[in-house]
Amino acid sequence: MDGQLAIETQGLVKVFGETRAVDGIDLAVPGGTVYSVLGPNGAGKTTTIRMLATLIRPTEGTARVLGHDIVTEADAVRSTVGLTGQFASVDDELTGAENLVLLGRLLGFGWAAARDRADELLAAFGLAEAAGRLVKEYSGGMRRRLDIASSIVVTPELLFLDEPTTGLDPRSRNQVWEIVRVLVGAGTTVLLTTQYLEEADQLADRVAIVDHGKVIAEGTPAQLKASVGAGTLHVRVHEPSQRAAAERILADVLEVPVTPAADPVALSAYGPDPEAVARALGELTRAGVAIVELSLGQPSLDEVFLQLTGHPAEAPEAPNPPDGAGGANGEEGAVA
Amino acid sequence: MSTTTTVPEPALAEATLRAALSTRARPSRASARAASVTFAWRALLKIKHVPLQLFDVTMFPISFVLLFTYLLGGALAGSPRAYLQDLLPGILVLTVTMITVYTGVELNTDIDKGVFDRFRSLPFWRPAVLVGMLLADTVRYTIASLLVIAVGLALGYRPHGGPVGVVLAVALLLAFSFCMSWIWTAVGLKMQKPQSVMQVSMAVLSPLTFASNVFVDPDTMPGWVQAFVRANPISHLTTAARGLMAGEVDAGAIGWSALWSALVLAVFAPLTMRFYARER
Repeated sequence: MDGQLAIETQGLVKVFGETRAVDGIDLAVPGGTVYSVLGPNGAGKTTTIRMLATLIRPTEGTARVLGHDIVTEADAVRSTVGLTGQFASVDDELTGAENLVLLGRLLGFGWAAARDRADELLAAFGLAEAAGRLVKEYSGGMRRRLDIASSIVVTPELLFLDEPTTGLDPRSRNQVWEIVRVLVGAGTTVLLTTQYLEEADQLADRVAIVDHGKVIAEGTPAQLKASVGAGTLHVRVHEPSQRAAAERILADVLEVPVTPAADPVALSAYGPDPEAVARALGELTRAGVAIVELSLGQPSLDEVFLQLTGHPAEAPEAPNPPDGAGGANGEEGAVA
Repeated sequence: MSTTTTVPEPALAEATLRAALSTRARPSRASARAASVTFAWRALLKIKHVPLQLFDVTMFPISFVLLFTYLLGGALAGSPRAYLQDLLPGILVLTVTMITVYTGVELNTDIDKGVFDRFRSLPFWRPAVLVGMLLADTVRYTIASLLVIAVGLALGYRPHGGPVGVVLAVALLLAFSFCMSWIWTAVGLKMQKPQSVMQVSMAVLSPLTFASNVFVDPDTMPGWVQAFVRANPISHLTTAARGLMAGEVDAGAIGWSALWSALVLAVFAPLTMRFYARER
């Protein structure tokens, strides 16, 4: 599979009424890799995946998944791909084990083989103890793991993961990432949509950034980050009275706009050169400005968008973390 | 974690994970029968996990039998017991046809929750989802039928057609209901919300069930109502069930019931499949 294209689309378009949800997407996903489609809500990510998984037909354009046309050879596509939807499509009113046995049977296993496979997956995904409980009693993380397990009852050659970590707490998110890595290690190609730059950075070999149904940038995570610069520098001084001095020094050394935050001791600077940041830190120390915190984060999706499109990513709907925890946010600070 | 569960989440064992994900066993495609049976199993599991959903199946017929027998029986037939002889087969038909609505509601709920997307992404015989669901529903219909008959017997209903007549009447009713369920699966696939499925179904079913010969003999009705009542498939089915249970087989009514069943199936099964295959 490696080297060949697992997914190839040309001018894929999907129109819903007046809306062009997907407006000419070209993708080339190499086999055996993780490919991430990154974009805000409403960018057309889910619609693209639904077309590729044969759930809906494209209005225009063509796509081949593992060599099969998604319209004329839909059944061949269905037999080689797995799908994990954005809203975990597992059956609430069945137990975890029953969910997996059900899918095993539908994929052609006998009852005994379906049960064995269910047990194996439940153990592998840390759900053995919860196997006999109804899914509606599961936590968000357990639910998502069951959802992914459901899509690999027969290990697919290609797995679609639609926002697999949206709404998960960091621990559950890390577990999902681990599953994805092992899955790719075992030879499955993964197409992953996400709203989080960090997630694409962690997992993907290549990333396509989509906005308003179009791919606006494509490349490796490193290329994309390089194209938008270093992200944002956040600085907190000790005394509010020192902020003005810090602002002046930072603006001089970094040569980028520095903005005071609502917090009277905080400042942020957008897109500084990391070497300049090191020099600025020296200058601040020499000037006697006490720094409490200084962090240079990866550019957030918002910043990438601002850079690439000139407009901010539309505010993502607040995800509903079933676990109550905050979930993954793009900006994760690496202390300089 | 602020969840309702107290089970700690274990760290994933990478070796186990790797082993589970490395299996490339790909069974051959599930047969149509296997897939349908699997969906029937799924529907029955839900009854097992949420027995409360049998509540409407049981309360509805019991209250109907009691209500009509004791409230109207004396006025309509001289005594509740005399009325019951005619009413019970009708109530049986009414109860089971009303319950068919839930097939559409359940289907719509599945779509609403996104469970359907996963099914639609799998390579099995597509009608299996519906066939399995309808098979499980016949279990529900059978339970309801047994209940109505049991209540009837307790109140003094005596089927002169004997057990064979009763079984044949129930079999005819189940066949009719199975065919009729396809109307609601079509509706279930078309509507946005389970509640709207319920409303549409009731809007269709209420006139059909009440403007029939279930409760009273149509002879006293105005001509145009009579025309409707006599053409109504529910009336044919009621007459057929009455005949079978009373030991006076009405071949004409049975023929009409079978014809209606076949007609409904022939129209709504393909329609359902078309809606099903279509994207949403």
